[in-house]
Amino acid sequence: MAETKTKTKAKEKSAKKNDPLGQHGISGELALDLMRDMLLYRRFEEKAEEAYAIGKIGGFCHLHIGQEAAAAGSIKPLRRDDYVMSAYREHTQALAKGVHPNAVMAELYGRKDGASGGKGGSMHIFDAECRFMGGHGIVGGQVPLATGIGWKIKYKGEDTVSLVFMGDAAVNQGGFHEALNMAAVWQLPCIFVVENNEYGMGTAFSRVSRTDMATKSTPHGIPAHSVDGQDVLATYAFFRDLADKVRQGAGPQFVDLQTYRFRGHSMSDPVSGTYRSVEEVEQAKHERDPIAILRDVLMKAGLLDQATLEDMDAEARELSAEAADFADASPLPGPEALYTNVWAEINPNGRLFFDGRPESEEAS
Amino acid sequence: MAVMTYREALNEALREEMARDPDVFLMGEEVAEYDGAYKVSKGLLAEFGEQRVVDSPISELGFTGLGVGAAMAGLRPVIEFMTFNFAFLAIDQVINSAAKMYYMSEGQFPMPIVFRGPTGAALQLSAQHSQACETYYSHAPGCKVVTPGTPADAKGLLKAAIRDNDPVAFMEGELLYNFKGEVPDDDDFVIPLGVADLKHEGGDVSIITHGKMIHVALQAAQKLEKEGIHADVLDLRTIRPLDMDAILETVQKTNRAVYLEEGWPYAGTGAQIVSMIQEEAFDHLDAPIIRVTQADVPMPYAKNLEMLAKPSANHVIEAVNRVLYR
Ligand SMILES: Cc1ncc(C[n+]2csc(CCOP(=O)(O)OP(=O)(O)O)c2C)c(N)n1
Ligand SMILES: [Mg+2]
Repeated sequence: MAETKTKTKAKEKSAKKNDPLGQHGISGELALDLMRDMLLYRRFEEKAEEAYAIGKIGGFCHLHIGQEAAAAGSIKPLRRDDYVMSAYREHTQALAKGVHPNAVMAELYGRKDGASGGKGGSMHIFDAECRFMGGHGIVGGQVPLATGIGWKIKYKGEDTVSLVFMGDAAVNQGGFHEALNMAAVWQLPCIFVVENNEYGMGTAFSRVSRTDMATKSTPHGIPAHSVDGQDVLATYAFFRDLADKVRQGAGPQFVDLQTYRFRGHSMSDPVSGTYRSVEEVEQAKHERDPIAILRDVLMKAGLLDQATLEDMDAEARELSAEAADFADASPLPGPEALYTNVWAEINPNGRLFFDGRPESEEAS
Repeated sequence: MAVMTYREALNEALREEMARDPDVFLMGEEVAEYDGAYKVSKGLLAEFGEQRVVDSPISELGFTGLGVGAAMAGLRPVIEFMTFNFAFLAIDQVINSAAKMYYMSEGQFPMPIVFRGPTGAALQLSAQHSQACETYYSHAPGCKVVTPGTPADAKGLLKAAIRDNDPVAFMEGELLYNFKGEVPDDDDFVIPLGVADLKHEGGDVSIITHGKMIHVALQAAQKLEKEGIHADVLDLRTIRPLDMDAILETVQKTNRAVYLEEGWPYAGTGAQIVSMIQEEAFDHLDAPIIRVTQADVPMPYAKNLEMLAKPSANHVIEAVNRVLYR
């Protein structure tokens, strides 16, 4: 008897293995949507790369190429009223949370119709309506902020979650540990996600930590989970279930979302060099491309053929090109924007601006 | 004289001081294997080894405190901030520990430590990455603040800062790293802290400034020459200690002054200097002193707004015209 049981189980298991969609409870339709999303992220970032090269985008620009499944898999299962916050590698996360590609691209271009009116740029995309709580530029700075959002959710008795992304390097900041401790003490509905792409700029994680990523939340009493962030189906299923648990009061969670960056740290940094070899990057592109991984699954399952894939890709390119055209056509912010939104209230009494320039007099 | 970039000048200063004193070490993010985010520490790992050129985790508060402790125990750390924007995370250790240590221990613990890195805006790096941070440091007694604007000053002042027995915030400029200039060949070329430098001579008006703004001031001075107005451009080089004698000398000569700085106006360096000029040279002034600063707003990303926000040569010329009643 017992033997047969094990056998059946093993059979089921191998059947599931051959059916990743069933295994993760993901419909063919949803899987195709995830494919569309990831293609958009890839083509969008390539468009940004192009625009940067011809000077349409300036400053720092950190691309998410290679990490598309991490964005789609973790954000797509969330609700619109869940909160998402991130660091500066956040273009595609904003897209995933529902910010319009036109608004994201226009922000990269520094234009009036950008998500932050052109004042924030690549690192500071905000969209209150989508509850996309920003792009933050100081490594680790966003982690306590997201804990504060968790605090608000609990304070108001809501059933939303606060999900925050950070890079692997951020876990060495004091603020990370302070935030996790508080989230644990007060059992806040926070999901702390490390997008572990193995490097902080040119420094391998193993050079700046003696312990594994999955141990980082343990001292604070927060459960840790390791997830293959290149497998969008596994990532999606994991976050769908996790968000439900947190919504039901499971308390804060920590996720080591394992991924890899295919480009340089920013547009001005090398893809490889002394810190990682060309071969390492090429191998990752070959074996760990999230889009190729999903493509293979879908084709094997008979849900996707080459022609459909090409159509989907063409659509993603078109949306990205449209976003770039929209950004290009959007005007620069007017000069009056320099002094708007420094303060929520321009008080009748007291001086607020001190540069003695005529523009500021107008505003105050 | 050798012609070199500001970056190379800093690199030479570090190399010479590390060779001179085995207690000098460099720690910061990406300083070793990556040769520095801005390549200031290029080649130092190969030359001095990993005990003395150390890649830190992204833990600004931690490695700054580590530096302060190492200095208490007798080493001479050079702590690199990738930029001073990230030093806000560490300012507690700079102000509460480093700047006060000598005083609160009644002189038992000198604090020979240098905190260095770029400050101020580069190009379109937006609000969190474009801040001129010097006044945060000059505000605190016990902390010295150095802001070199040329390769020669960068080299001579960094060597002085490393040899100094007080904490020094040594503030560079990202847009200066490629700037070329002549640097004396002398391998013991040290510029004492607290000595200003007259970078351009004229008798009509004094443009007083520091850091990379000297280039904006010089540009304005050149344009003004064409209109027959001759400006003194006084580069303070260190804003604490402050060369008050040099400030008074130029003001007493021209009777009119403009202070130019990269940061915000409120309680800025210029506010301090204007206050001291009116206290010590009131009778020499023929016009109120005007300050030219960044617009009093966080730095915007959009190219056109960023341009409006930054202090420019035209702003300086306007201010000069006002103090000359033109
Ligand atoms: C406090 C702070 N220190 C340094 C920097 C400069 N910096 C920007 S990104 C980065 C590396 C961060 O790596 P990681 O957290 O792994 O994120 P990734 O870029 O890999 O997504 C550094 C050092 C910064 N922005 N903030
Ligand atoms: Mg990383």
